[in-house]
Amino acid sequence: MDLTQTLEIATCTDPGMVRSHNEDSIAADPANGLVVLADGMGGYNAGEVASGMATTVIVTEMRQILASARPYEIDQKNHQEIAARMLREQVLKANSSIYQAAQSQPQYAGMGTTLVTCLFYDNRVLVAHLGDSRLYLMREGKFRQVTRDHSLLQEQIDSGIITAEQAKRAAHKNLVTKALGIDPTVEPEIHEYPTKPGDIYLLCSDGLCDMVDDEDIGMTLQALGGNLKMAAQHLVQMANDNGGRDNVSVILVRVLREYPGPRGVMAKMFAWLK
Amino acid sequence: MAKLILSMDGLVLKEIPLTKERTTIGRKPHNDIQIDNLAVSGEHAVIVTILNDSFLEDLGSTNGTIVNGNPIKKHFLQNNDVIELGKYKLKFVGEAAPAASGEKADFEKTMVLRPAAMKAAQAAGGGAGAQAAVAQRQAAVQAAGASAAAAGIADKDARSAPAPSAPSAPGPAAPTKPVQPLGAIQLLSGGNAGKELELTKPLTTLGKPGVQVAVLTRRPQGYFITHVEGDKRPSVNGQEIGAAPHSLKDHDVIELAGVKMEFFLKA
Repeated sequence: MDLTQTLEIATCTDPGMVRSHNEDSIAADPANGLVVLADGMGGYNAGEVASGMATTVIVTEMRQILASARPYEIDQKNHQEIAARMLREQVLKANSSIYQAAQSQPQYAGMGTTLVTCLFYDNRVLVAHLGDSRLYLMREGKFRQVTRDHSLLQEQIDSGIITAEQAKRAAHKNLVTKALGIDPTVEPEIHEYPTKPGDIYLLCSDGLCDMVDDEDIGMTLQALGGNLKMAAQHLVQMANDNGGRDNVSVILVRVLREYPGPRGVMAKMFAWLK
Repeated sequence: MAKLILSMDGLVLKEIPLTKERTTIGRKPHNDIQIDNLAVSGEHAVIVTILNDSFLEDLGSTNGTIVNGNPIKKHFLQNNDVIELGKYKLKFVGEAAPAASGEKADFEKTMVLRPAAMKAAQAAGGGAGAQAAVAQRQAAVQAAGASAAAAGIADKDARSAPAPSAPSAPGPAAPTKPVQPLGAIQLLSGGNAGKELELTKPLTTLGKPGVQVAVLTRRPQGYFITHVEGDKRPSVNGQEIGAAPHSLKDHDVIELAGVKMEFFLKA
């Protein structure tokens, strides 16, 4: 099922005002309803190598799988949809590619990347994330954060050591507790949510949410929602106007219409015959 | 980032940023810093950089490595240390910013805290090299968290302090919002003619959704108008604007969806 006419996608990435190069990577495959954003870390050029590998591996592997399988097919073994397993496996594949590169090539030692990726299918969105790259949702005028960072700061907020207000001014915003490519294996956090036509999903690296208040991001999406490309550029510009101390990347996805997966008898037969 | 300044007889030859974990110094061409002088050994010394700390180690050179006049085998480099190799001098310059903000800059880089590494570092209580650095960082983080929790303080300066590199430049790099005059628009035609609207928000949209919409953005550099949607673009002083944001000057007249309005700056 081609989602090109169902999802409107706009992307923008920028090194920011301070950093000399961009360690963020973004990728979108509109036909398959897949978007990936990664914020690389680790010495010198290794960060962009790690994030580039993450986006490339996930997009190419998912494209291959989606050419023959549908995310809403039921796995005969555990009677669950294959979507989550499919996405998880590709994230793990990206993890081991990055980990192996980091192990085998000294200049890449210690590299890793955060990740947030969305797969849209059957009126739903499947989200996998690691680290502090985020997914936000603008629905019916309300703007909220969907993912929860895997970061020291978030853990401190959760355990009540600091309040969300203090967290905004904390010095250690940058310590993530989970990332891709650091350990031989990793468990991405995966959730599924129903989508509605008119929803705008925002995937961003910490370069945006550290520099721009959620409120201002929401206001921008509200005001410029009519022109997604411009909204994406404007968000990056706002981060840069506020200092732009990190690379800034955004992916905006608007759901234009319903996109149910085929549910007819034939589809069931087809799935059963497989 | 720390760097070395190579000089001979007081003449600066070049600056070398310490970007790599290991920066080798020697006479042979494969060294990161090659000094073609017979007083320098083929592999003379190495600088190991871990996070913000740099260590200099002599690699058993014939003539030795001298730091601030003293021969050393291993040395933890401090800001302004001078390394002498024969006639050449290498001055070590640490983070340019003062200690406090240097720490900040370091905190900006995203890093992973691995539970295993955390435990090891804590158990070792300060092993050698990297582990010690991790432990230090860990302690710093805990201190930061604890003090923020205890006193409810926070480093407001972190966000609002001007960047050390560009304190006076009014360019886009300045993180502080410079005091800028407040802009406003007054409608000149249409049903609400005479009405005034102050542009206090970072974004103000104008027009009719689905017909023609423009946005006025308030940025450190001033106000801008940008076309958002609709077949027809807004015009400023009779000129239709392009796709890029158009900078607004005092008393510019904007025409949008058949309504004229004047942009002006409030004193």
